[in-house]
Amino acid sequence: MQKNFTQLENFGHSMSAPSYLIKPTTIDEINEAFALAKKSELTVTARGAGRSYNDAALVGGGIVLDMRGMSAITEWDSATGLLTAQPGTTLEQVWQKVLPDGWWPPVVSGTMTTTLGGCLAANIHGKNNFKMGPIGEHVVEFTAILPTGAEITCSPKKNGDLFYAMISGLGMLGVFTSITMQMKRVESGLLEVHAWPAHDLHEHLSLLLDNAPDYNYIVGWLDSTHGGKSLGRGQIHAANYLHGNEDPNPQETLKVSNQILPPHIFGVFPKSILYLFMIPFVNNLGWPLVNTAKYVASLPRHTFRQSHAAFHFLLDYVPNWELSYGRSGLIQYQSFLPKETAEDAWREMLTMSLKRGIPSYLGVTKRHRPDNFLLTHAVDGFSLALDFKVTDRNRAKLGAMLQEFDKIVLQAGGRFYFAKNSETTAETARQFYGEETIAKFKKLKKRCDPKGLLESDLYRRIFE
Amino acid sequence: MSTPSKSVQSTPLNPRRRGIIIGASDGIGAALAHKLAKEGYTLALVARRKDRLNTLCAEINSAEKEARAFPYMHDVANYHEAPDLLRKIVADIGGLDLLVFVAGVNFPPGLTNYNFEGDRKMIEVNLIGAMAWLSPVAEMFQNAKAGQIVGISSVAGDRGRIGNPGYNTSKAGLATYLEALRNRLTRHGVNVLTVKPGFVKTEMLKAAQGGTPFAITPEQAAEDIYKAMCKRKQVIYTAPIWRWIMLIIQHVPSLIFRRMSF
Repeated sequence: MQKNFTQLENFGHSMSAPSYLIKPTTIDEINEAFALAKKSELTVTARGAGRSYNDAALVGGGIVLDMRGMSAITEWDSATGLLTAQPGTTLEQVWQKVLPDGWWPPVVSGTMTTTLGGCLAANIHGKNNFKMGPIGEHVVEFTAILPTGAEITCSPKKNGDLFYAMISGLGMLGVFTSITMQMKRVESGLLEVHAWPAHDLHEHLSLLLDNAPDYNYIVGWLDSTHGGKSLGRGQIHAANYLHGNEDPNPQETLKVSNQILPPHIFGVFPKSILYLFMIPFVNNLGWPLVNTAKYVASLPRHTFRQSHAAFHFLLDYVPNWELSYGRSGLIQYQSFLPKETAEDAWREMLTMSLKRGIPSYLGVTKRHRPDNFLLTHAVDGFSLALDFKVTDRNRAKLGAMLQEFDKIVLQAGGRFYFAKNSETTAETARQFYGEETIAKFKKLKKRCDPKGLLESDLYRRIFE
Repeated sequence: MSTPSKSVQSTPLNPRRRGIIIGASDGIGAALAHKLAKEGYTLALVARRKDRLNTLCAEINSAEKEARAFPYMHDVANYHEAPDLLRKIVADIGGLDLLVFVAGVNFPPGLTNYNFEGDRKMIEVNLIGAMAWLSPVAEMFQNAKAGQIVGISSVAGDRGRIGNPGYNTSKAGLATYLEALRNRLTRHGVNVLTVKPGFVKTEMLKAAQGGTPFAITPEQAAEDIYKAMCKRKQVIYTAPIWRWIMLIIQHVPSLIFRRMSF
């Protein structure tokens, strides 16, 4: 079992922490890592692809388990759509395995590099959250190893309390060792995508609300660099699965090779260096221009067909795009608000950010519904994810503003998502989760991990 | 000991640098602890004397209105303890950006006397004690490809003089060791700063024989050191005038130096 002292980063390159990195390949090796941690008085965090925008997969000075050493798809039944895989398996592996047989992962993130273990720990959602819920709702069963050494099997019926707590549990109760999920039947490799412009925030949210029932997926782009009457303007994309009879050649479109994102744009320009050309624009002068161009281009309503991979994995479209945000990286601030209070709260937040000269460069909206998981982030409403560039000059100002954002969101009955937010305080977490939920979680923590071996920097920040 | 888990978690918008000061209980170490805490560092303060350490931490934490300094008792001559304590501290404070080695002892034998026990103690603390900490930290920083090491050598290491051969040797050895680390680590993004103080008004100064020209307070030394750290310098003298004094002293021919009582 190799142990390396390494500086690890988060997705946005805005945080890093030195840790002893261990890459277990078997359950025994996870146990050995727990034993080592106990012996050397260190804490442990499991890490998937490291795609969280915060400190969920970091533990400064502790032991990080790189779960990508356990990344095999162990069972796949193309008749029932049941897939069993190890926790380090990526969504990329999963969809490439199941699509040729006419299936697609029921819930995916904006990047396909995430691992199943990471997806369950954060209980990720996709652009279909209002319809399909978070990924946890499609897990039939999982096995996990607890820091006590116990191996457990959980399903909604068996060890139900742990099932609903470990999924969404931020990896703090145990380490997933095998995950069985139900895939979604698809008849074509294509989606029919409809695009409309939204001229302001009210229209933006109304379009999401009114159209969601008619579509499988819906997502909005929000131009967060423009205020005034056009505050909240943007573009809505809604998509439906194609039925077999709508796709002239489903055999062909279901092939992995017809899904894969092209490595060049305009056929010639290598995307691997595209982020370098974005750097001059990622600032307060350049980005509003980019957004305006994008908005103008989005004005005509249109409909087109797109592959599943191209529609979902926008974050993979420009490799290393996050590096274009510069040395201090970026942070993402995502808030989830009830549909009744969202518009006012976001109007206040977006106006504040423009007034203070720290606009977000990218806003993404989605439609959500509540779920039954213990540390849930979902509400019957919407989410708005805002990307902010971090610089030495804006750090303090941005930090102060986000604390004010937190207050606005709490007042509006909102919630936060811990694959994203990096500045949330323990007090804010206590308020939106509620005392009762936290007490329940801590009780389970005590049962599964009495010695407190599992601990991430995120856990230290919001639960200690 | 207070519980270091209560230190503030670092976030992208409120980043915290973390440092260890070995030999923090008084003099330059204590002054530097105050300075670095004020600049936002979370600090593990390591020294032998428990009550002084606790008082210092309490002073710092009440001045900063936040838990920024945490005490760890340790005698640097117990080399075997260093790796475990280092691992514990890094886990407690959640990372490491800086190691400052200030610990030092001085036993002047007198101009005509010899004292092996004193010499040995000086080498054990000033040099081997430093190596016991610097070597695992250097390895850690090399792997992390980041970090900063500050070692307090002395003008006394620039030349072997008649007054205190053992002390001269320990500080010359430390300066050479730091230079070697610098040459190893710069390519890995790690900065190594050698500090050569002249006279600083600390307890150690009481041991100095003769006059103490250009003596500065530990606070002044801490300011100089912090400035040099920010500029990621390699070698500094504090007070700065010692650079020129030592330049002259280093070039005094042996023919003359042998006959001096300095």
